[in-house]
Amino acid sequence: MSAVAGHGASVHIQNCGKTFPDGTQALAPASLDIVSGETLVLLGPSGCGKTTMLRIIAGLETPDAGGRVLFDTTDMTAVPIEQRHVGMVFQSYALFPNMTVAENIGYGLKIRGVDKSVRAARVAEMVALTNIGGLENRRIDQLSGGQRQRVALARAVAVRPRVLLLDEPLTALDASLRDRLRSELNSLLRSLGITAIYVTHDQAEAMELGDRIVVMRKGAIAQIGTPREIYFAPQNRFVAEFVGAANIVEGPVAGGRLTLPGGWLALDNAADNAAAVAMIRPETIGIVAEADAFLRGTVESVAFIGDRQRLVVTGAANQPLTVDAPNTINVRAGERVGLSVTPQAVRVLPKED
Amino acid sequence: MRDRLIFASQLGFTLLVAAFLVVPVVLSITAGVTVNYFRGIQSGVTLQWVVQVWNLYAGEIGLSFLIAFATLAVTLVVGVPAAYGLHVKGGRLSRVIEEIITLPLAIPGLAIALALLLTYGGFGGFRQSWLFILAGHVVFTMPFMVRSVMAVFASVDIKTLDEGAASLGASPWTRFCNVIVPNAMPGILAGSLMVVTLSLGEFNLTWMLHTPLTKTLPVGLADSYASMRLEVASAYTLIFFIMIVPLLVAMQMFAEKGETK
Repeated sequence: MSAVAGHGASVHIQNCGKTFPDGTQALAPASLDIVSGETLVLLGPSGCGKTTMLRIIAGLETPDAGGRVLFDTTDMTAVPIEQRHVGMVFQSYALFPNMTVAENIGYGLKIRGVDKSVRAARVAEMVALTNIGGLENRRIDQLSGGQRQRVALARAVAVRPRVLLLDEPLTALDASLRDRLRSELNSLLRSLGITAIYVTHDQAEAMELGDRIVVMRKGAIAQIGTPREIYFAPQNRFVAEFVGAANIVEGPVAGGRLTLPGGWLALDNAADNAAAVAMIRPETIGIVAEADAFLRGTVESVAFIGDRQRLVVTGAANQPLTVDAPNTINVRAGERVGLSVTPQAVRVLPKED
Repeated sequence: MRDRLIFASQLGFTLLVAAFLVVPVVLSITAGVTVNYFRGIQSGVTLQWVVQVWNLYAGEIGLSFLIAFATLAVTLVVGVPAAYGLHVKGGRLSRVIEEIITLPLAIPGLAIALALLLTYGGFGGFRQSWLFILAGHVVFTMPFMVRSVMAVFASVDIKTLDEGAASLGASPWTRFCNVIVPNAMPGILAGSLMVVTLSLGEFNLTWMLHTPLTKTLPVGLADSYASMRLEVASAYTLIFFIMIVPLLVAMQMFAEKGETK
């Protein structure tokens, strides 16, 4: 076995809900299976229950009666966190101010009674892995935010946990650093091949890091799927709008056509429906000459962003449509344009209450 | 010019206030080494009063320190875990308990003493031993320890640190020793300083609880003021001063070192 690799346990959450003593239900009973070695992202707005779910897996919260947490085939529900052999990265990092960087990273090993020389070697390995060479003897308050994040990760991974749990580990960092650490974290998780559960409210993080994403809303699971499935085939309006930008259009469907105020769109095998709701991603809408299109509208505004330009087109649908157009085409506000959308790009959503 | 005038008047005022507080201390101390206070310092300087006080009250002085450090030990052993428990548990019950612990600050020492006497006065052995005074001092000083430790817990997010250590495999006791106590050190030191000082100087409660065989420094002081020459009482103050100031300075230095470490 290589020094840091190890696939970790599969995690099975069975019927786990959480009701707090004051009666609020943070999490409706939910079940979830996480494959060994997989990175699963719990994604949702604040208060959606994602952190509660993570804390139940960690052992920091106990699920309501009837819920069970299994690592591989072992029931961990009643096992306290210190015996679950997990690694955890907290949003605030929770690094010990009374210890140096090296002592922080080695703490879990020290607790397990690992021999001092072995410990030193493992700490050195973690320092190299997370790119924090030279900081070993620093105190925590002498580190920048990004360095703290790396130390927290090194400390969690040093014990070779069965499951790595990350609670919004990048949220406290500024945007450019967040992007860089995100891709570093991604390659680290891939190379470790560890079972990882990652909580975030940032959909870009979820897309990049997740093998699968669990989108959560109001204490319940809204959809589980790969990033592509979540993005291209959202199962409901909430997922469509929360992940990426989405145009939601409404109109009647008959004979494979969705009729809109500015014309119609062809659909892929859609049943007739008097009041259908559909989603179209802004980058799937093409701008064509008005005469060549079945759907037409007026450009209300053009925002040049650099790699693309973002258009708002009115009159085509019941709401203004956002269109991401190539940065090469020449359109002006007030112009009439035609819109082309392939049938595959129009996703009919189930009717909601 | 105007600035200098303002500065000079501020300095003058400060010195005046300082003098107002310091002069009585100096007078009291000189009285303790004067042969006859009513004839003034020209009557001669002597250490006889100091020696007399030492011979009469060495027991009280020893007992005072014994009680002060015993009080410190009890407030540490009970107060630090209590502060931790109250902080981590949170909620309304914790706040109620915190209020109850703090109550002795608002209740006159005499009332606390009276309650202790009413309740435990019948237990002869306990009533007559120094442990009775210790009990009173613990009740009186506990809020200072609990509060100052809780203030630190609130500022360093001790709950997440605790969870972090737990996630790395540390048992509750190991966490308490490795993470909770070291990070609460500034609060523990500040609390200790308060507890020792308050216990050494406590009079109200101790006066009610003491027996002729269990007197502390301040009770002995009151005793000597009431029944002996002014010079003796002043010599007593001098001894009190000499004993307490180095202790306070030492603890203060210790506390500063703990904070900057």
